[in-house]
Amino acid sequence: MALTAIFFYLFSTLALASGAAVIVAKNPVHAVLFLILAFFNAAGLFILLNAEFLAMLLIIVYVGAVAVLFLFVVMMLDVDFAELRAGFIKNAPVGLLVGGVVLAELIALLGARVIAPTPASSVASPIPQGVTNTEALGQILYTKYIYFFQGAGLVLLVAMVGAIVLTLRHKEGVKRQSIAAQVARGPKTAVELVKVKPGQGL
Amino acid sequence: MNDLLTDYLPLAVFIGVALAIGGALMIAPFLVAVRNPDPEKVSAYECGFNAFDDARMKFDVRFYLVSILFIIFDLEIAFLFPWAVAFGDIGLYGFWSMMLFLGVLTVGFIYEWRTGALEWD
Repeated sequence: MALTAIFFYLFSTLALASGAAVIVAKNPVHAVLFLILAFFNAAGLFILLNAEFLAMLLIIVYVGAVAVLFLFVVMMLDVDFAELRAGFIKNAPVGLLVGGVVLAELIALLGARVIAPTPASSVASPIPQGVTNTEALGQILYTKYIYFFQGAGLVLLVAMVGAIVLTLRHKEGVKRQSIAAQVARGPKTAVELVKVKPGQGL
Repeated sequence: MNDLLTDYLPLAVFIGVALAIGGALMIAPFLVAVRNPDPEKVSAYECGFNAFDDARMKFDVRFYLVSILFIIFDLEIAFLFPWAVAFGDIGLYGFWSMMLFLGVLTVGFIYEWRTGALEWD
């Protein structure tokens, strides 16, 4: 349909443009903001593919949480621009290598698409008809792919423990409120009767 | 165009209207407002001082920890949505599968609580 095509070209043009802007933006904070725009457009493309659950997840998780994390990292780094430019030439071979590998993989993926134009017939779980996207995911994720699901849980657990081990530093000598101890205080432990002789202090 | 995209069309119209109104409100001041700037008016106002530092600076790593822990529980919640939608189809196996997943993350939550990662000292 024409309208679908219009939205496809709108989303993909904006996604490519903002992806390019992420790389060329001089201010890292602007780069992160362009990355958020790219995420939004990718979500639009997911909706055009009828994958609405993935689209919402992209917005909730990537825009809502990961982008905030990126902003934190960018601000914590206390970026020194002169130093960054000096490192550009030194790191260029590694960057070219990674970029080349990703490009080769993309070409391989497109080539497979050209050789076998109907990959949907050979996927492990064909797209079921008549149910929503979210329901189709739910029908197989928790039963058929239970090991991957539990593996995801373990990865999240490791991430949680790792984040705490790496970043948690307790200050020494901080007085904390213990509500249980306060509530458990009674007259016996809190009040003391002392007989004071006249003329003498305690 | 299928039903699902037709459902999303009002959303696109809504975003378009919001963009038009927002853009009009941003552009209109350039056209109609009185502009009479002087150096004092256009300089940054920082509570009486001149701005003396970059806004970007190092801050406490604990903000980062809070953010990472938020992402992890965010993902945990995201896994609950398809489970709830397909709850009638996946039976007892799917139910206990999710309970195991939540149990594993509860272990992490207890660890968090015991180490005091949720407290701000």
